[in-house]
Amino acid sequence: MRELLRKPIWPLAALLLLNLAVTPSFFAVHVQDGRLYGSLVDILHNGAPLAITALGMTLVIATRGIDLSVGAVVSIAGAVTCTWIASSPDPASPGAAIAGIGLALGLAVALGAWNGFLVARLGIQPIIATLVLMTAGRGLAQLITDGQIVTVNNATYSGISGSALLTVPVTVLVAAAVYALVALVTRRTALGTLVEAVGINPEASRLAGVRSRTIVWTVYVFAALCAAVAGLMISANVHAADANNAGLWLELDAILAVVIGGTSLAGGRYSIAGTLLGALTIQTLTTTIYSVGIPPEVSLVFKAVVVILVFLAQAPKVRALLARGRRPAGPQPPPPAAPVPGGPVTDVPVEKTGSSR
Amino acid sequence: MTALVERVRDVRRVPTRFLPVIVTFALFVLMFAGGGLRYDSFASGQVLLNLLIDNAFLVVLAVGMTFVILTGGIDLSVGSVVALSTMVAAALLRAGWPPVVVMLAVLAGGALFGLAMGAVIHYLEIQPFIVTLAGMFLARGLCYVIDLQSISIEDPLFRTIAQTAVPLGEELFLSPAALVALAVVAVAVYVLHMTRFGRTVYAVGGNQQSAMLMGLRVAQARVGVYVISGACSALAGLLFTFYMLSGYSLHAVGMELDAIAAVVIGGTLLTGGSGFVLGSVLGVLVLGTIQTILSFEGTLSSWWSRIVIGLLLLVFVVMQRVLARRGAAR
Repeated sequence: MRELLRKPIWPLAALLLLNLAVTPSFFAVHVQDGRLYGSLVDILHNGAPLAITALGMTLVIATRGIDLSVGAVVSIAGAVTCTWIASSPDPASPGAAIAGIGLALGLAVALGAWNGFLVARLGIQPIIATLVLMTAGRGLAQLITDGQIVTVNNATYSGISGSALLTVPVTVLVAAAVYALVALVTRRTALGTLVEAVGINPEASRLAGVRSRTIVWTVYVFAALCAAVAGLMISANVHAADANNAGLWLELDAILAVVIGGTSLAGGRYSIAGTLLGALTIQTLTTTIYSVGIPPEVSLVFKAVVVILVFLAQAPKVRALLARGRRPAGPQPPPPAAPVPGGPVTDVPVEKTGSSR
Repeated sequence: MTALVERVRDVRRVPTRFLPVIVTFALFVLMFAGGGLRYDSFASGQVLLNLLIDNAFLVVLAVGMTFVILTGGIDLSVGSVVALSTMVAAALLRAGWPPVVVMLAVLAGGALFGLAMGAVIHYLEIQPFIVTLAGMFLARGLCYVIDLQSISIEDPLFRTIAQTAVPLGEELFLSPAALVALAVVAVAVYVLHMTRFGRTVYAVGGNQQSAMLMGLRVAQARVGVYVISGACSALAGLLFTFYMLSGYSLHAVGMELDAIAAVVIGGTLLTGGSGFVLGSVLGVLVLGTIQTILSFEGTLSSWWSRIVIGLLLLVFVVMQRVLARRGAAR
């Protein structure tokens, strides 16, 4: 929570306040047919695929990589599952849905391992290694669906997106579970530190005995798995697989979410809470565009302007310029205390992030 | 046998930096020859020229992208800027502006767009990927602000340029757009290899720190390449307008990927500092040949072109990696 507070929460807060000003009932939440409804629930529900994809992307970026292929994996996952269900002997049975989902997740592991192979084993730049799958992947998805939009009518499959457990939509629960799991595994074990070490200096961490290759493989497989889960949610939501449009530009939104959350594209230190915040900010932005009544034609411009503002405000250079302009009037920051010989070393405050000011 | 060994030695004497371009050229020749063997009337001069005519805008885009990638940057906004240029041109023509002024305005607009992105990237130190991504959203969004519908172009000058065929010899012809593209390539080669700016672009891509310590004009080069890319995108947009004779928000979706793919297939390293404009042109021709073969085959679906481009990217990336390792080992 403390980590969350240090992150740039103001864009999200500003957007929510804007919504509240336009629609006073924006924060209202009510239960209907055993499921929560309301704008905030919608943001969480619709933002779940992006949040999950961005989580996988966070770990990839932390190892100084990038995964451009997640949008293609989203479309492949939906295509495989829907085609499998549609061609099974009983397209409405739970068994067909489960087998299809298993197939999609298995394929995602293979695709992620492929990316990992190119990056970790062959040492190809991540941006270009994943560009291969980004370009070819959507073609593969179209190959699987034969260029058609495959529609399925399977209660189990639509349940991924439509059902609710204890009034909370399953998508939100799944996203929360994945976030909790990753936070636990990377923050309570050494894995998170190892990921950061690989991102900060792959060679040094290899020499220090970190299995950088295995870690890089793992994060790409995990990113593809996350993308596949997101793809299943997206496809289950519309009961169909649209190889052309499912997850289109999702990789860009995911990267934006990660960077808004304060993780540098240069690798190293990463923030899971920040990514969640970034994903919610982007989803809230989309929702705001609809709810405030911004004409759809201006929505992309609005999005671009918000993104530019957020990044300008976060850029260290801009902050430095602003601080310099303000310094004569404002209070001077205290000079760093000189180390006292023999004094308590443990009390020295450690500047954790450059952007936390 | 000895002749073969001799030839292998000859190849090894070629500097490694030329090898990717040579391989791309060989691939292009092979694909074209393959098409010629398989289909009648494929291996004609006009099919070859059609590659240029149908991909003139992509050639111009790839040239601009080469500059950016040589400095180690990337420009994701080019496809959207192409769409915005077609929109602006069509809208201004509809408003009754003289066509020549429209063309100049579009070119200046593209250069300014690039200048703004380059300045943010260099002076505010924000990653090119993010800045040009925002530029991509902005340009595409501005298209929708201008008009949601496709605007067709009735201007006589634009129509004349679109329909003119410049004869070359007996039966061959080129379009004015293709000639413009060739001129752009020539200018780009001159700028990159004969001017101080061009050498600085390579130096910045090789090692920015060293370039700065050497007193080179790093800022000029880093901002300049985005201006060039912006202007090239606007020019490509104009060529695309001649090709389509309309302005539409959904023109050129994903074209930035084609441009990047062409540059990579042409042997330019995405880390910067190594590559040639001619390689990128060959990359575009390879992409064009894939499309042509698919259209000659007729039965193959359009998504095969995406898969083949992906495979080609893979082959070239792996090859570059192997070459780089061999270079490092020596």
